Amino acid sequence: MRSTYLKEVYRLAAEDRNVLSLVADNGMIVYDDFKRDFPEQYFNFGISEGHMINAAAGMASCGKIPFAYTIGAFLAYRAFEFIRLDVCLQNLNVKIVGIGAGMSYGYLGPTHHATEDIAVLRTLPNLTLLSPATAKEAKVLVNYAYNINGPVYIRLGNNLKEELYGDEMKVVPGKGTVLQKGRDMVIFSTGDITYQVMEAARRLEQDDITATVVSMHTIKPFDEELVSEMISIHKKVFTVEEHSIIGGLGGAVAEVMAEKGCTAVLNRIGLNNTFAHGYGTQEQVRQVNELDVSGIYQTIKKCIQEG
Amino acid sequence: MSLEEIAKEVRRDIMRTAYKGGSGHIASALSAVEIMTALYFGGILRYDPANPYWEDRDKLVLSKGHASLVLYSVLKRIGYITQKELDSFCSPGSALGGEPRLGDIPGVEATTGSLGHGLSFAIGIAIANRLDKRSSRTYAILGDGECQEGSVWEAALSAAHYRLDNLTVILDCNSLQAMDSTENIVSLNPLMEKWNGFGWSVVEINGHDLDQICTALKEDRESAITKPRIIIAHTIKGKGISFMENVPIWHYRMPNSEEMGIVRRDLGLDDL
Repeated sequence: MRSTYLKEVYRLAAEDRNVLSLVADNGMIVYDDFKRDFPEQYFNFGISEGHMINAAAGMASCGKIPFAYTIGAFLAYRAFEFIRLDVCLQNLNVKIVGIGAGMSYGYLGPTHHATEDIAVLRTLPNLTLLSPATAKEAKVLVNYAYNINGPVYIRLGNNLKEELYGDEMKVVPGKGTVLQKGRDMVIFSTGDITYQVMEAARRLEQDDITATVVSMHTIKPFDEELVSEMISIHKKVFTVEEHSIIGGLGGAVAEVMAEKGCTAVLNRIGLNNTFAHGYGTQEQVRQVNELDVSGIYQTIKKCIQEG
Repeated sequence: MSLEEIAKEVRRDIMRTAYKGGSGHIASALSAVEIMTALYFGGILRYDPANPYWEDRDKLVLSKGHASLVLYSVLKRIGYITQKELDSFCSPGSALGGEPRLGDIPGVEATTGSLGHGLSFAIGIAIANRLDKRSSRTYAILGDGECQEGSVWEAALSAAHYRLDNLTVILDCNSLQAMDSTENIVSLNPLMEKWNGFGWSVVEINGHDLDQICTALKEDRESAITKPRIIIAHTIKGKGISFMENVPIWHYRMPNSEEMGIVRRDLGLDDL
């Protein structure tokens, strides 16, 4: 997904000289082409995420379209007030690009995990919040972000896996995508853990349990229409996110369910009021925190068995 | 009207507006009166009263946004807002809040209020101007207490790194912050050496001497130094109101009726 983002921002910068790439000492090598071909449109602000976001807002007030890129954890938390006041309150055209979604930086631990970013940023007025699961989603959403004249946060994971979307399937910004239909439950997912969800759903099929899986690549605005439709069809509702279950995707679905008077049971799968445990590859850390395929499968199976 | 007379009128407007609105950081606004008068009426800031959004205008970011009263008073004098709008300060439905907001009225180039934001925002403007090859200058007015925010120094490093010679900070150095003197709370000294060490061109002046301010700003405008510049303007918080000068409590307080009598006498105000 990151390489998709970089390709798209390169193409946008070639077409529109107002598109700028801002980094905070992050992106070794991957920005080489951009720096070589558009040196005037590239700024490394050093290790100062708040300043980068704040300066980006100043640039945007003059008609520039800065894409400010670094580790999502440092943007959502350290730079939060700058995102809130300089970008969102002034409704300025800044694209905030957070890499390392979820526990991508598995070896480094919670300091680098973006596992509460959706929750804190979702509260901000004027902000569009995008969380692609696949390269196809990332491509469409980066261009969508460019075409919005306002603040956008793009949450990028690291996956390099095969595309989940078939050629005939479309990504519609602002609308969730039904990746597959099933009988026994609906699972809402966001970000690249959607791959684990799809695999867990395949395992459930071996137990004769079928699931509808929905990729909620746009967290804000939230596709309440699709969620409403799904919760009216399915009696069991799951959310899976590589994020705290407080305030993130699970929180957003819970809000819709409560407001619609939905009586289905919601099970939120993610980090339950805890920082991620363990170190290792992203997959190993997911495993420790029961967010790998097996963990997701077991949790869902247990919920089903308990009725 | 001389600059001294304009400065006096701006002070009167600050007091009238605060009194009517029942709000505002009066003393913080009063310390910046001569700085703002020199910028707007001393032939420094490039703007077009008939076209507030002229693309090649100079932009001023009031980083110490709580001094909004001085900005609003100046903007009224150049016709960006009406007397009626000024009189609505801090009332429901007004576009003039205690902290200025971008987009609500012309002449406010950034939303400020939380300290330590204005300089980075101004840096973004200065970089954009450079990219667009505009000759416009960007000014940011900071308070000295504000320099206790770490973000100011992140910005200071960055401006020097990018050699933003189209950027000028005017530091309204009144040596007081909300609760006491900056020296007693967290000392900033030696301030000149700090900014120098961060790669800025530094000048120190008396921030109430209009000749000194205008000279410094004109020299700054014409200077060929390829560094960001800072003018440290030594000021008196509450300047012009005898009982407010250098008294920390006036960061927050509004005068009572007895004190307003002294304000009237100090400023020669007979319509309040």
